[in-house]
Order: sequence, then C-alpha cells, then structure tokens
Amino acid sequence: MIVARTGNEAMAEAMRQINPDVVAAYPITPATEVVQLFSKFVHDGKVTTEFVPAESEHSAISACVGASSAGARVMTSTASQGLALMHEILFIAAGLRLPIVICLVNRSLSSPINIHCDHSDSLASRDSGWIQIFSENTQEAYDSTIMAVKIAEKALLPAMVTTDGFIISHGMERVEMVDDDAVPKWLGTRQAKTSLLDVDNPITLGALDLQDYFFEHKRSEIDAMNHVLPIIEEVQNEFGEKFGRHYPIVDEYKMDDAVVAILAMGSTGGTGKVAVDKMREQGKKVGLVRCRIFRPFPKDAMLKAIAKVKVLGIMDRSDTMSTLGGHLYNECRSILYDSNTRPLMKNFIYGLGGRDISIEDIESVYTGLFDIEKSGKVDENIVYYGVRGE
Amino acid sequence: MKKEKKGWKELPIGLVLEGGSSQTFETGDWRSEKPIWDEEKCTNCFLCWIYCPDSAIIVKDGKVQGIDYRYCKGCGICAEECPPKVQAIKMVREEK
Repeated sequence: MIVARTGNEAMAEAMRQINPDVVAAYPITPATEVVQLFSKFVHDGKVTTEFVPAESEHSAISACVGASSAGARVMTSTASQGLALMHEILFIAAGLRLPIVICLVNRSLSSPINIHCDHSDSLASRDSGWIQIFSENTQEAYDSTIMAVKIAEKALLPAMVTTDGFIISHGMERVEMVDDDAVPKWLGTRQAKTSLLDVDNPITLGALDLQDYFFEHKRSEIDAMNHVLPIIEEVQNEFGEKFGRHYPIVDEYKMDDAVVAILAMGSTGGTGKVAVDKMREQGKKVGLVRCRIFRPFPKDAMLKAIAKVKVLGIMDRSDTMSTLGGHLYNECRSILYDSNTRPLMKNFIYGLGGRDISIEDIESVYTGLFDIEKSGKVDENIVYYGVRGE
Repeated sequence: MKKEKKGWKELPIGLVLEGGSSQTFETGDWRSEKPIWDEEKCTNCFLCWIYCPDSAIIVKDGKVQGIDYRYCKGCGICAEECPPKVQAIKMVREEK
C-alpha cells in the first residue's frame, strides 16, 4: 500500500503493525507524535500493547527494561533531552542484553535549547552498547523500525532507529507500507530464554558484579557487538526478499568511478544524492557514501566505500567537543590507519541546531573537494560549514 | 579456598543468575587479611561468634571449631573482640 506519511507517522504505523507487548514512553518534541499516535492505536483497540505513560524518560526506559526482562517485545520513542535522561538506563538495557527498540528522532542537545535536528543526541549515546541505525528518509525509517525488532532480538542487544528531527519526522513523503498481517508474521514472537515473571524458574538479574566477574560480563557484551553486522545483513536480505526493498550496510551512491565523495548520515544523504545527480550531469565524477549503521561501526564496508576515492569530505551533524572534529570523521580516520590507500580528508561540521543544508551547499562542498584534488593538499582539516563569522 | 573462575565465554548471556545463587557466592575471596585461630589458646567464650558479621565462626557441640574461610571477609572483628588476655585469633596477610 502506498501512502503519504510523515516520519513520525510512519514510525507509529510500524509500531502499530509490530504490535509490541509493552510500550512505555514520555513525549518530547519532535518525537511526541510517534507515541501520541501510538496511544490512539491503543485506545482504538488496533494493538494489544500494554501502554505505560511514564512520568519521565528515565522512568519510561526503566519500565522498558523491566518489561523486556519479563520476555516482552518492548518499544519506546524519544529525542534529545529525553534520550539524555535515559542515558543511565541505556547502558543497563545493553548490559542485560535486552532487545528494546527506540524510535529516536534526532534533535540537538541543550544548551542552547533548540528543537531542531542535529545528531548530538544519538551520538552522545554511541558508547552505550546500543545498535544505531540512521534513516535517510521516511521509507527507510519505517522499514528500519520493523527490521530493528528482528535485529535486536537476534543480537540480544537494544537498537535505536533514528530520523532527522522535523526534516524527516514532520516531512510528508511517499511510503510503501507492508500489509498489516505480514509484519507480525515476518517477525514472529519474541523467544526470551528467561523471564523475570516465571516464578517456577526464578532468576536474579543485574546482580552486583565486582572485580571477579564484571570484566568477563563486559567482554561478553563487547563480543555481542562483533556479531551484529552479519545479523543486520541477514535481516536486511530477508526483508529485501520478502518485501522488495533492499538495504546495504553502507550506502554507496555513484561511487564506482567517483574521484571525490562526501560521507554523510541521515537525511543529508538524500540531499547529497540530488547534488551528485546534478554534478554528474555536468560530467563531474562525484559520489556519495551514507553511513546507515553507526553502531557497530561497519569498518570493512566503510573502508571498501571510502578508501578508493582521492578526496573525501566528511559531513558531521555533530561535534565531539574533543577539538578533533565530528564523529564520522574520527571513526574514518581511525579505520583508515589499517588501509594502504587513504583519501585526502576534510571534515565539515554542519547543520547544528537544524541549520538547513541545501543541494547548493553540498555542491559547494564538492567544488571545495575538487580544489583539494587539484592542489593535493588540505589546508584546514576541520571546518564549520555555514556558521557566521568564519 | 581457591576456586577456578569461569571465562567470559562460559557465562550465561545478560547477567542472568539462577535463584538462590547467594548461597554459592563465596564472599571469602574478598579477603585481604585472614584470621588464624589457635585452638589451644581459645577459651570458648564465643565473643568472636557473637560479633562475626558473616557467621563465619564454626561452632559445634559447644566449642569453637575454626573459621569458615568460604565466607570470612577478613574484617578482623573476631581478633579485635577476642579478650586481650586470650589472643586466640590473629590476623595475617592473605596469600593469593
């Protein structure tokens, strides 16, 4: 079925079709609609979900941890400060290996207070042990939400699927929806090995774990991340075969003969592809790489995509506050240490607090990259694109 | 006392423990000092037994039998409470 939906509506529809056992949530702009619409589905009897309207995001994700420990399929949605308030519990969900799924709408973190998109909220949680999947558009947000449930349950790790606040969350787009019946059928029911509510087989969960075993448990969690990419690949292939939409680990666009390329995440991938098409019409050999899975970081697929171009512009909608640039830039510099070939690289921090990035902006980035290709050197490694006063 | 501890690959996923596992959790390995009990000096006054916070003084048939090192955390309270004239318990460095 082809419908017109905003990103929030599409994620709520995906949640309706998934029909989780429990959703515990607290509203926050720009993710409010996801659970607001979902609560209506609960009210109208379209889902059988136990809906818990919590008093804060900390409580919401804590309720998710409890429900997931009981063996339930659990989802929630949040953004920005809400995810920051969940921060403490994110690590617990991952450590307890609970496959909770968050529909996350990317919004900048205070201060200054702002409601628009950048990636500082999700990327501040990058070390929490959650799988992180970024969406380019509404269709992908819808598809990834459904896939994330299967990925999380196979990996026994929690996952967050993100959209860009307002750009995707409130932008109306064409979405191909899967049939209502097909989603639960494809997902099956969650098969949890243990349940806190199983009184005949009592368990202890989250016990104190000191010098003698903490490290071993953490090592096991780290190892779980090593197995996630093959699981994502498998689930994406299954999804593609069943529903006809195929997703890669790293999205490469016109990269086969590209001389210069940009690497981006989220909706900028889509804007960038239009810029690529325009410049290709002028005969310029440009390409685009989009990082779809940020955690775990897809080292091999990313190296394959970026190591062969001459100049790479890395677009980060976030800064690490380390004086070393943005998140993608740092990951790519790190993986390229093991590569025999590496492009000249420049980091463009852009779009903080929702500052618009246009097709023309990205064309100008490409033009700058061609200048680097000609001169063979990068004068300034990290620039703040579109900020006044530079 | 020394028990082989499991490697990370042998552990159940997700910090799940069976119920009642505190009985098998031998907290004696927290110890950095160890009480040594001298049967000949002991007057069986049971002050150590009364004060031990871990019930690690073994008493049988009205007599102190020794120290349960599986649970003794080496706090030294027993040695402190043992009357100065008796001094049947002294603390020594735990050998690892």
